[in-house]
Amino acid sequence: MRITVAPDRCVGAGQCVLNAPALFDQDDDGLVTLLADPGADQESAARVASGLCPSRAITVHEG
Amino acid sequence: MKHTGPAVPRTCPVAAQTAPASDVTDPAMVDFPLRQPGVPFPPPDYADYRDRQGLVLSHLPDGKRVWLVTRHEDVRAVLTNPKISSNPEHEGFPNVGKTVGVPKQDQIPGWFVGMDSPEHDRFRKALIPEFTVRRVRAMRPAIERTVEARLDEMLAAGNTADLVADYALPIPSLVISALLGVPPTDRDFFESRTRVLVSLRGSTEEQRMTAGKELLRYINRLISIKEKWPGDDLVSRLLANGAIAPHELSGVLMLLLIAGHETTANNIALGVVTLLTHPQWIHDDRAVEETLRFHSVADLVSLRVAVEDVEIAGQLIKAGEGIVPLVAAANHDESVFECPHEFDPSRSARSHVAFGYGVHQCLGQNLVRVEMEVAYRKLFERIPNLQLDVPVDGLGIKYDSVLYGLHELPVRW
Ligand code: HEM
Ligand code: SF4
Repeated sequence: MRITVAPDRCVGAGQCVLNAPALFDQDDDGLVTLLADPGADQESAARVASGLCPSRAITVHEG
Repeated sequence: MKHTGPAVPRTCPVAAQTAPASDVTDPAMVDFPLRQPGVPFPPPDYADYRDRQGLVLSHLPDGKRVWLVTRHEDVRAVLTNPKISSNPEHEGFPNVGKTVGVPKQDQIPGWFVGMDSPEHDRFRKALIPEFTVRRVRAMRPAIERTVEARLDEMLAAGNTADLVADYALPIPSLVISALLGVPPTDRDFFESRTRVLVSLRGSTEEQRMTAGKELLRYINRLISIKEKWPGDDLVSRLLANGAIAPHELSGVLMLLLIAGHETTANNIALGVVTLLTHPQWIHDDRAVEETLRFHSVADLVSLRVAVEDVEIAGQLIKAGEGIVPLVAAANHDESVFECPHEFDPSRSARSHVAFGYGVHQCLGQNLVRVEMEVAYRKLFERIPNLQLDVPVDGLGIKYDSVLYGLHELPVRW
């Protein structure tokens, strides 16, 4: 699995940081940054974060 | 009742409440207000609306036609559709009733919750750094001190209190005034004015107008002080950043104050009642997210209007038609939340839309989460024998305001 983030779409709601803190952080501007590609045990957290993001700024590429 | 969603996989321990017989003659047309004495909230009719095909047509008190959106999926679709606007200046924008002291956009520049992208985004981007998960966590000790001080005063005053006036309303006001950089000596003034602004029963229309004006005047003065003597606070940082002009800043600050006051207070008060009636969850922080979903106080907040013809749930909405996404209905959609009328903090409630969805999703949501958590935790730590001082069904519910909440919450210990 691979994740891409689009900081230009991010509205800083922090859902990703709350729900998958190992994968996402907010930079000094409060916008999403990707910390790591998900290991096998983080794939479901990645999907949850992507589904919760209110601005569709997180895309999960399966496989 | 017919369910078109997936079959409910288990019998819910708490039965869904039923609505009293409706006297509406045309079942396809639903009248406002939706929240009424004698009807539980969320109204049981919402379940019926979710089961209908397409959307539900309704009439607002002013006679305008609007579309009610009730399924979780459809609410999210409305709140992310670029053909749908948040700007109340558009013809057809729904007017659902009393919005206490909320200024009109043309009167106050900077009211960005009523703007669309890209205009909206300039304001939002400037504010995001103030509300990140990290920043909000750093505010926790200060929030704890604020809450402790309220409890000290309550305990010193006797063994009864109105938890709305003495606890739920002051906490968000004191927190936001600290965040804005209001000096401690002015916070009582600030708090007393904001309280007048939101108490529908305890104040007249005129008093609320006056309180609103006094706050705006105070905020303008605060801005000019911070221009001269900047400090380590939100106002000083926004002035230094420059993305928001000083004349827009007063609207932004009023928005922060109003958006985060009664919403948070209602959640604190309703949450305390729910915890007192479900005491097994009292020391469980998961109660915060479930309270937000369960009570969905901002049911009538995310109002919209179509600016182009658009299709939602197979229903054509014409340009100029108003849309009311009912977040309480979406948050009780049984295809997403099993046994939705049950208060169950062990469920995964986080996909609720109590904070809206899309680019306007609540900016203050992570601050609220901390405020609620601290408010419940400290209250039950300091007053473990807290009890309601009226029967649960005798609580004064706000039927006449935009936000769902309680007028007062008498307690004793
Ligand atoms: C439990 C408490 C709260 C609830 C239920 C709540 C609910 C909401 C909802 C539903 C929206 C979306 C409005 C829309 O879609 O048009 C919103 C937006 C907003 N909220 Fe909150 N809110 C709460 C607390 C706060 C707090 C504490 C603050 C700030 C300190 C705040 C600041 C804002 C702002 C600035 C917006 C506009 C965001 C934008 O347009 O980009 N809210 N809130
Ligand atoms: S959840 Fe989405 S909008 Fe919120 S911070 Fe993460 S990427 Fe940004």
